[in-house]
Amino acid sequence: MSIWEYANPARFMRFTAKLLPWVTALAALCLLIGLVWGFFFTPDDYKQGSTVKILYVHVPAATMAVSAWFMMLVASLIWLIRRHHVSALAARSAAPVGMVLTLIGLITGAIWGQPMWGTWWAWDPRLTSFLILFLFYLGYMALWEAIEDPDTAADLTSVLCMVGSVFAVLSRYAVNFWNQGLHQGASLSLDKEEHVSDVFWQPLVISMAGFGLLFVALVLMRTRTAIRLRRASALLLRERNAA
Amino acid sequence: MMPDLGKYAATVLAAYGATLVLLAGVVVLSVVQSRRAKARLAEIEGRKGTADV
Repeated sequence: MSIWEYANPARFMRFTAKLLPWVTALAALCLLIGLVWGFFFTPDDYKQGSTVKILYVHVPAATMAVSAWFMMLVASLIWLIRRHHVSALAARSAAPVGMVLTLIGLITGAIWGQPMWGTWWAWDPRLTSFLILFLFYLGYMALWEAIEDPDTAADLTSVLCMVGSVFAVLSRYAVNFWNQGLHQGASLSLDKEEHVSDVFWQPLVISMAGFGLLFVALVLMRTRTAIRLRRASALLLRERNAA
Repeated sequence: MMPDLGKYAATVLAAYGATLVLLAGVVVLSVVQSRRAKARLAEIEGRKGTADV
């Protein structure tokens, strides 16, 4: 059994029909536990006060926003190399979800930054590259809509995805590269100095799992939608040609 | 039941509110689009008598 067998749309639809309810249920469960635990049952931070609770939405959203772009990059490369249509559709389907996660990261970061840093926004390397990543998401989605031929659209958006990956990398590692700016380092780290306290990381990990699973569930659902629409267009075209 | 969020109550609630609204938005949109696509394909396949995907 090879993973490439799922590049067959019919097989992908059959497999994901069974998988999707489980992933969705697990995502809902993890989100519920992680967010309720984080919001209601964790203490305030001695420096940040109750704003530390924003960690449980900001960190998972921002992490998944960058991861979503990497998933799109892998799917785009598969399209460019092996020409599997399901792969191109999966990349396309992930973009709106990644864009929303990036927006959540930007908004919750600004809301947290105002009382903690004294400003809604700073042209810090990490924040700036994250904002550019958001603009790349918008550009990627617009490019898909702008090109009529789906294969050409998949080719050009794949190239755009590769270019945007620079900013996805920067938004994750800018703190390490430049060691300047307002944004702190990773919340989850092997470095004990940097790693958040145990009382915060347990609900954070569950919340991150919830965001990750929700992303997977939405991408599967949206890819299934895209496959159905592609098939509907093909059937309509066949109908017109036959008439 | 509501935890004491102190002077940052509005900040924390705004962050959670924005997150939940945006997540709910993308979930609802995805479900609606999925249902429409399913119905559209079923209608076309019904006309043609072709197999479901």
